[in-house]
Amino acid sequence: MIERLQRLGRLALLSLARLGKATLFLLRLLGALGALGKRPGLMIRQLYSVGVLSLPIIAMSGLFVGMVLGLQGYTNLVDFGATSTLGTVVALSLVRELGPVLAALLYAARAGSALTAEIGLMKTTEQLAAMQMMAVDPFARVFAPRFVAGFIAMPLLAGIFTAIGVLGGYFVAVQQLGVDSGTFWSRMQASVGLVDDIIKGVVVKSVMFGWVANWIAVFEGYDATPTSEGISLATTRTVVNTALAVLVLDFVLTAIFFGV
Amino acid sequence: MTATVDPSATAPPDARPLVTVRGLSFHRGERVIFQNVDLDIPRGKITAIMGPSGTGKTTLLRLIGGQLRPDAGRIEVDGACVHELGRRELYQLRKRMSMLFQSGALFTDLSVFDNVAFPLREHTRLPETFIRTLVLMKLEAVGLRGARDLMPSELSGGMARRAALARAIALDPTMIMYDEPFSGQDPITMGVLIKLIRTLNDALGLTSVIVSHDVKETASIADYIYLISEGSVVDHGTPQALERSSSAWVEQFLHALPDGPMSFHYPALPYAQDLSLSKEAALD
Amino acid sequence: MGTLKKLELAVGVFVVLGLAAFFMLAMKVSNIAELGEDKGYKVTARFENIGGLKIRAPVTLGGVRIGRVVGIDLDPRSFEALVTLSIDPKYDHLPADSSASILTSGLLGEQYVGLEPGGMDDVLKNGSTLKLTQSALVLEKMIGRMLTNAAAGDQSPAKTP
Repeated sequence: MIERLQRLGRLALLSLARLGKATLFLLRLLGALGALGKRPGLMIRQLYSVGVLSLPIIAMSGLFVGMVLGLQGYTNLVDFGATSTLGTVVALSLVRELGPVLAALLYAARAGSALTAEIGLMKTTEQLAAMQMMAVDPFARVFAPRFVAGFIAMPLLAGIFTAIGVLGGYFVAVQQLGVDSGTFWSRMQASVGLVDDIIKGVVVKSVMFGWVANWIAVFEGYDATPTSEGISLATTRTVVNTALAVLVLDFVLTAIFFGV
Repeated sequence: MTATVDPSATAPPDARPLVTVRGLSFHRGERVIFQNVDLDIPRGKITAIMGPSGTGKTTLLRLIGGQLRPDAGRIEVDGACVHELGRRELYQLRKRMSMLFQSGALFTDLSVFDNVAFPLREHTRLPETFIRTLVLMKLEAVGLRGARDLMPSELSGGMARRAALARAIALDPTMIMYDEPFSGQDPITMGVLIKLIRTLNDALGLTSVIVSHDVKETASIADYIYLISEGSVVDHGTPQALERSSSAWVEQFLHALPDGPMSFHYPALPYAQDLSLSKEAALD
Repeated sequence: MGTLKKLELAVGVFVVLGLAAFFMLAMKVSNIAELGEDKGYKVTARFENIGGLKIRAPVTLGGVRIGRVVGIDLDPRSFEALVTLSIDPKYDHLPADSSASILTSGLLGEQYVGLEPGGMDDVLKNGSTLKLTQSALVLEKMIGRMLTNAAAGDQSPAKTP
């Protein structure tokens, strides 16, 4: 019994130490941002890698999530004769919650894990050490471009996810299930506030999630044990930790913005 | 103040060693890697640091390069104490040092040409035409000028190391450190590397430090050898002097004898006892 | 490097797509059209009880949306609710004696302000006040009234002519 408590305590201390390490890493990363202006090519390459290449999964998922919302919303609202609110339901669900959160989780799974694996591999094959020995700061040349590119890509992806989701919901609701098109959009427009929902929802949330997801992805790669097993553990940690962090952060933001 | 000059600099500067290590102690976790080690790396020569696997030879290179800090002792490179330098001065020092990693450590997303051009592009403002000329010259020196557009994944191990070597000499460093350059190579590649290391060292006036446990190859080009085991220097001298050494350990190491002071058997119970063939057992 | 050009193109397209998505969200999904509407002229109305009326609730006349609620206050002296309506400037010929009622859309829907036109020649202008108002129907009071009516009904047979 005492042993279990001790182990728990040790775990807590380790996690805290790790968080501290990650924070120092972040500070050093932010310090290296200044040099990025001289290397736009690096960032563009990274933007392609984490942004453009994530488009297929984001678009597909957004479409299907939107369609499911339309379908589920309809089946549950039709009993109350309230299908006129379907547009509102679909839009608010996506804009406030599902858009930023799901996009962040998908991003972590696809782009985040790729970042971690890439950096971990560079560490294992001594490329990072070689860079240091050549007097080039890996923070400026490897970590910062990836972090910033991901930070820019995340909100864009969340926006695309949300927009496609709404269209998917429209497709199912209006084309398939016969909800009136005008009602769908007009009720939606009446209920979704630009600042209150879209900005506080998709925009702010996805920016914060982008911060967290990319921080974790880059840090886990940097901190990975330089063996193939270490890399695999690190990529797993990226996906899991990002998921947890995003969900907790989502709760906090929802409570702040949309709570009563 | 950071750089300190050896106060006893009465000898002409070229005769002083490039790297001096005094009283170096370093441990990792609970393991003692180095205990009070003294070393001199003379300029313009090839110095080999040899010893059994796992004695921390790579760690020594990292300590000299400033990637690790010693627990005690002093490491000076060209008069500057490495572990007391600020980040900027350390980076300046590193531009004059080069390291060839065991796996080559080429950047996998860049071609051979871009890999060699990397230090030039990062640290100089030379126009691309100049850089192209320099890169081709370095590649020619290692025999890979025709392979310049290949990606690292398309290179054999030996070629990767040669490309990494071209990258290491891109900025015309003062010193190159080789981390296990010969391990795992076929005889021909080894021959190529041996020739390259020696030729480059003499042609470019480099100081070379080779960390290896390939005795024959290393001893064939080394001007001076340090033998390290269990965290301290067991012996040092020219290859010829070490040949004549009276130490049984040195003899075992240099001649690759399977048994000697480094025993063949991992510590265990007496054989007979283990097989239950001892006197007591027989009476049962 | 040719591949860099292609990459740049792809990244450019990606960024444009992302911004277009946000644009679409702002334009088609949100109520941005309404945000510019503060060109409307302000009219106040007093109610005894506004029920569940909220800011941004619609103001209709004959079912047509002509504006929205922009302010809800409490008059400190008369304890009446002071509701400020913003009416679209293109509806500038509403009679000054129009009445305002707080109605519910559907059975469980949101509450809105419905105007009924009066007959005067004077029209509502910025700063006008609507004199005739009908407060919201509060469910509890209705039930209470029903119950008292039912109770009174039991006792009144002798009184009926």
